[in-house]
Amino acid sequence: MGFIIGLVWFVVVIAIAMAAGLLFRFLMVQICPKGIAKEMRTAPMTASFGMLMILIYIIVAVFAPLIAPFSETEIVGREYDAWNNVNLLGTDNLGRDMLSRLIYAARNTVGIAFIITALAFFLGSILGLLAAIVGGWVDQALSRTVDVLMAIPSLIFAMLLLTIFGTSVVSMIIVIALIDSTRVFRLARSVAMNIVVMDYVEAAKLRGEGLWRLITREILPNAMAPLVAEFGLRFCFVFLMISALSFLGLGMQPPTADWGSMVKDNATLITFGDITPLLPAGAIALLTVSVNFVVDWQLHRASGLKEQ
Amino acid sequence: MSDQEILLTIKGLRIEGRADEEWLEIVKGVDLTLHKGEVLGLIGESGAGKSTIGLAAMGFARDGCRISGGEILFDGINLRTSSEAERRALRGKRIAYVAQSAAASFNPAHKLIDQYCEGPVEHGVMGRSEAERDATELYAKMQLPEPETIGFRYPHQVSGGQLQRAMTAMAMACRPDLIIFDEPTTALDVTTQIEVLSAIRDIVEQFNTAAIYITHDLAVVAQMADKIKVLLRGEEVEEADTRTMLANPSKDYTKSLWAVRSYARAEQPPVDSDVTPVVSVRGVTAGYGTVDVLKNINFDIHAKRTVAVVGESGSGKSTAARVITGLLPPHTGEILFNGTALPPDYRKRSREQLRQAQMIYQSADTALNPKLRLRELIGRPAQMYLGLNGKALETRTKDLLSLIELEPDDYIDRLPSELSGGQKQRIGIARALAAEPQFIICDEVTSALDQLVAEGILKLLDKLQSEFNLAYMFITHDLATVKAIADEVVVMKEGIVVEQGPKAQMFQPPHDPYTELLLSSVAEMDPDWLTNLLEERAGLTAS
Amino acid sequence: MSHIWMMIAQRLALGLVTLLVVSLIIFLGTELLPGDFAQEILGQAATPETVAALREQLGLNDPMHIRYVGWLTDVLRGDLGESLANGQSVADLIGRRLGNTLSLALYAAAIAVPLSLSLGILAALFRNSFFDRVANASALTSISFPEFFVAYILIFWLAGAGGPFPSMANFRGDPSLGDFLYRTFLPALTLTLVVTAHMMRMTRAAIINLLASPYIEMARLKGMKPMRVIIRHALPNALAPIINVVALNLAYLITGVVVVEVVFVYPGLGQLMVDSVSARDMPVVQGISLVFAAAFVLLNLTADVLATLSNPRLIHRR
Repeated sequence: MGFIIGLVWFVVVIAIAMAAGLLFRFLMVQICPKGIAKEMRTAPMTASFGMLMILIYIIVAVFAPLIAPFSETEIVGREYDAWNNVNLLGTDNLGRDMLSRLIYAARNTVGIAFIITALAFFLGSILGLLAAIVGGWVDQALSRTVDVLMAIPSLIFAMLLLTIFGTSVVSMIIVIALIDSTRVFRLARSVAMNIVVMDYVEAAKLRGEGLWRLITREILPNAMAPLVAEFGLRFCFVFLMISALSFLGLGMQPPTADWGSMVKDNATLITFGDITPLLPAGAIALLTVSVNFVVDWQLHRASGLKEQ
Repeated sequence: MSDQEILLTIKGLRIEGRADEEWLEIVKGVDLTLHKGEVLGLIGESGAGKSTIGLAAMGFARDGCRISGGEILFDGINLRTSSEAERRALRGKRIAYVAQSAAASFNPAHKLIDQYCEGPVEHGVMGRSEAERDATELYAKMQLPEPETIGFRYPHQVSGGQLQRAMTAMAMACRPDLIIFDEPTTALDVTTQIEVLSAIRDIVEQFNTAAIYITHDLAVVAQMADKIKVLLRGEEVEEADTRTMLANPSKDYTKSLWAVRSYARAEQPPVDSDVTPVVSVRGVTAGYGTVDVLKNINFDIHAKRTVAVVGESGSGKSTAARVITGLLPPHTGEILFNGTALPPDYRKRSREQLRQAQMIYQSADTALNPKLRLRELIGRPAQMYLGLNGKALETRTKDLLSLIELEPDDYIDRLPSELSGGQKQRIGIARALAAEPQFIICDEVTSALDQLVAEGILKLLDKLQSEFNLAYMFITHDLATVKAIADEVVVMKEGIVVEQGPKAQMFQPPHDPYTELLLSSVAEMDPDWLTNLLEERAGLTAS
Repeated sequence: MSHIWMMIAQRLALGLVTLLVVSLIIFLGTELLPGDFAQEILGQAATPETVAALREQLGLNDPMHIRYVGWLTDVLRGDLGESLANGQSVADLIGRRLGNTLSLALYAAAIAVPLSLSLGILAALFRNSFFDRVANASALTSISFPEFFVAYILIFWLAGAGGPFPSMANFRGDPSLGDFLYRTFLPALTLTLVVTAHMMRMTRAAIINLLASPYIEMARLKGMKPMRVIIRHALPNALAPIINVVALNLAYLITGVVVVEVVFVYPGLGQLMVDSVSARDMPVVQGISLVFAAAFVLLNLTADVLATLSNPRLIHRR
């Protein structure tokens, strides 16, 4: 019986999500200028839903202090209070308001994941493009270094480095950005490699163009599509990794609200049949799903009609 | 032989292809009748829909295409109303297909014989061992070397011409009633093409197989077909038996196709021996690693003159261009420009030296940055080399567009993707001209284009040459192009210049044996050409 | 065939070199550790004399390269040092738990690999159908879930109030095979769900990428059935990317167990690693990192060699 009720709920949720996605797409097509509207029209339901969700996350993260009913760290009640009128989602293991912490965590976790991804991208894509264009020993040196760094599984490597540098937000940002930049390097290099062999790059070289112009005018514009998609994917990886580290108690440190550590702190409730600790985990999952849906749509578009 | 028995009837065939979100008609009501044992040639330029029609004769539409109207009757079976399983039972068994690129159409993971036997075994025509014996026999008929063992090789271990014959043998495996040949020799060198053509013709005759032979090459179809149908943008232009069609085509479009072959540039007076050539290639030996692709190459290119460098794939003609541009510094030898030696590496050359030598590429699709507008594509060399900016640059860019016969205001802000193939190639020309060079290398600039479009490009290059006193190095594998545009010819084979001299002299005997082979292998419009040539060559070897 | 053996020997050598460099990086970890290693062992109460004596005894005064060689020789002899936390031999600590982690990973792999390959092939065969779309969307979804989310959902659903499975996979002594499979079912299922999606998507993509190839069209024009076209014509050519993605996911299984072990309180290497990182027990962290890195390198090496062997162009040269 429980199974059937679960199934009904599942179907209802999916239907609402689909409807929301469709409505959002319709609105965007109406609001946006013509060029973007035309692209929006090609978005499948999953991608529309994803875009809507990303938008909501951004709004929540930016306006967290305005939306949250309580502050991030204030103790407002008993420990593990059930859902009630004051604390809508109850309280956590220290008696802090669950909903408020969920909202603040959006700001902390998403913000840090974004910073890390941007750093990793900055480092990885510049070095990757450089390796592809300059070639020779520069390429060899960078590629071999990255090969070795990638030979250590990323979570393990992150834990090793965190042991060395201590568990703090700053060291986590640096460590994960560094590890992830190796993955970005690989992709940027291989994308650029495919472009470097094109005749138009050869023509530009023969014309006597400098390195800066080669990168900015000839290669980067043609590498943008896969790099942007990769940014989305990387963001998901980074986001999942910091959540995992926080869950293990090695990432964000208390009392900062963070979805990963919130799951950890309240996990005991699950065995008692209370779903509250699943909410922060679900918040993580929902955002990564949304980003993945959008990226998938973009990748599909970029690959053209290959899959017909 | 029941000549009158009809094998295939196509009536009012319509096929649509999807572009973005719309369905566009690419075949617009074509009729076709084929008798048993008859060979029909389908010719037309790219976009004529000839391959699509060929596949439709098998009841097949590529992904992104759909058959939207008409009737396809194969030996009484309606291929439009029959089930997919029924059509599958016909494919490979009663209707077979030979693709353009055998190298890409053989599965790299399986041996030739396994791919041969797959058809007969899966269709239940014969058992595996019987099919293997049969394969050996057909391989021998297709004049493949070592027919007993060649089947046990993987596709990458066999040459292109042999693969194409192996594919024809595979198509014959179930002794089909009809074979579709889709440009089977287009990817091959001319000397290889002859062998494949004659093998195909023999085997089709021997088994009295009907065939649809699809090609853009008139001279080739003249050798193979009993009757020819000319297509243009998905519609039939005309159909007649081969000799009638060649002797007197009735429609203007067909006549224009025929006429392309007659273009030739005006004869130029010989160059004075004391004039310094613009470019001089002196004793160049070059290659990758320790392998020499070029061996002691020498030739000169003068102002207002076109030197055609001719050779088949692997002859080293493109490597020669890379050496001249400085992309590949030679092991020995040097490049002189107006009498002075150029630094071997382009990175060591001055901006002025780079400006003087420009290049036009074979494929405009890869030679033009797809993200830049024409304004920047053409304007950049003028800005860089001549220091033009602002208004002056815009005026110059528009002048260049006018020179290549494109309406400046309409085109200046377009992206390459908004141009046709011929227009893209013109932009490549404009970009080279923008540097105001003395010397331009044209690397197979017309080989990716349809004949009529290619002719336009050749004429334009010709006009620009006399206007700006340009020296051209024209790299090509196509002797018809050489005849049309060259003043001097350099024939290359495996990195060696086998013969060089003025064009008139090159096309007159006596020749070097390789030049002779090359010249005689170029198909002619005469339907008896192949037969005569084969007899001639057989006579030569016999005596 | 000799060139193949050459190639394999080359890859093996490269793998060894990689492992050597990795060991160097891991060794340098101790060097970068702020504070004095000897001080760390003895604690704050130690006198400067005893610290100096211990430094001498541990060879901390020797130049770095000599200490690295010494450390590496010890590692190769199976001596990974002693835990700072409880003085136990690191090799023993790891030895006791490595088997648990490996068997859990193997359990998950045994379900995930066949499942994802068949799903991937089916999705490619019925591409753009309803089945494909649903499979694709669920795959994307499950890739996006953090492991602990999947794990807790499973616990909530299958282990909570009267559910059939235990929520904790801790056991003492040697359980029977059946008992082991039962107790570790939820962790194994979590891992399976996490990696299956990725492998399935990549298998599908690897096959679909090939469907536009002329030789696939040729096979269809020879009248071959769709299933045969996929299995016989596309799959052999898609092997290299598929092998690589399987290796990647198996490697992930071995390391990705960390979170799952913590959720299910499973006595494996990951659990030990997390505890040691919190306690900054460097010798243990070093030892486990080395084991994981070795497994990772070894798997990638195997995949590399297998992918090479699946390419007829490399096996049968002209």
